[in-house]
Amino acid sequence: MNRLMLFIPLAIFAVMAAFLGGGIGREDKDVLPSPLIDKPFPQFILQQVEAEKQLTQTDLQGKPMLVNVWATWCPTCKAEHQFLNTLAAQGVRIIGINYKDDDEEAKVWLRDYGNPYEFNISDPKGKLGLELGVYGAPETFFVDGDGIIRAKHVGDLNQRIWDKYKGVFDKMKTHVEGE
Amino acid sequence: MKFILALTLCILASASNAVVDGHKYPFDNNVDKERFEVLAEELRCPKCQNQNLADSNAPVASDLRDKVYELMIEGQSDDEIVGYLVDRYGDFVRYNPPVQKNTFFLWFAPGVMVFIAFIMIISLTRGKKKDVTLSEEEQKKLAKLQAARKQNDSHLQKDRTDSSVETSEKHDS
Repeated sequence: MNRLMLFIPLAIFAVMAAFLGGGIGREDKDVLPSPLIDKPFPQFILQQVEAEKQLTQTDLQGKPMLVNVWATWCPTCKAEHQFLNTLAAQGVRIIGINYKDDDEEAKVWLRDYGNPYEFNISDPKGKLGLELGVYGAPETFFVDGDGIIRAKHVGDLNQRIWDKYKGVFDKMKTHVEGE
Repeated sequence: MKFILALTLCILASASNAVVDGHKYPFDNNVDKERFEVLAEELRCPKCQNQNLADSNAPVASDLRDKVYELMIEGQSDDEIVGYLVDRYGDFVRYNPPVQKNTFFLWFAPGVMVFIAFIMIISLTRGKKKDVTLSEEEQKKLAKLQAARKQNDSHLQKDRTDSSVETSEKHDS
């Protein structure tokens, strides 16, 4: 009996090693799970970057879309910009949130690098960003036709990432068509 | 000794030097000031992750500090403020995670480990140190056995002397 007891610490160690070892590497610590998944897009009233127009969350309805949080001070945003242009050319609806940025600089950027966005929401103070739990641009939200957030990606979008999320995006589409 | 004193002073100085400085977040009473400091220490910066809001210089940490201040001035309670941030950034922003299904292991594993260790220590030491006290009957029995053994021993000794005598006799012949 006592002999067997001696093996209990070893057994506990084995269980913990398996449990914790499995956790290492499985989770990317830079990507926090968003509590906003399957929640409606937060309410906001903000100006459009390109025009004197007030935008609210009701503008984020209809066709499913990507809502891309970007800024001219963000190097990774520049890295993903060409891919966004490609997606837009394929007919993917993309809406921009110009996060903690200057409208004029944003306009120059869009003129120089191309504009994949249907429109850009100006968020100079990062208020909408805070509502969305943004902690580092670029971030991309997958929003369905009812304005419900279905997925979130932190970091740049590229072909590999898009392949991963394409299923989610296509499903959002059919969901809306079914209604 | 001097070194330790200097070190302590450095640590104290840096603690009070945290980013939460009074002039940016003015409060008209010390209770709110303390609440703000505690909140800023309990909330985690989502960008840097190993720092709390009070220590981090990341822009997002500064935004969240501003928000916490704003909500406090609006008169929200600590729980409401933490809830506000958790709704947006997830449980990740809490350095003090709530007890729920996925944190059970986190909260209770150490207690369970200590409990198991305690049980083991008890059962292992008990096996070694058995306090032996004999009843009167057992003592009598023991005395009897010891007496018998003594007798037996002396018999053997006698036998041995007898046989040695025998061999010596054989020698002679």
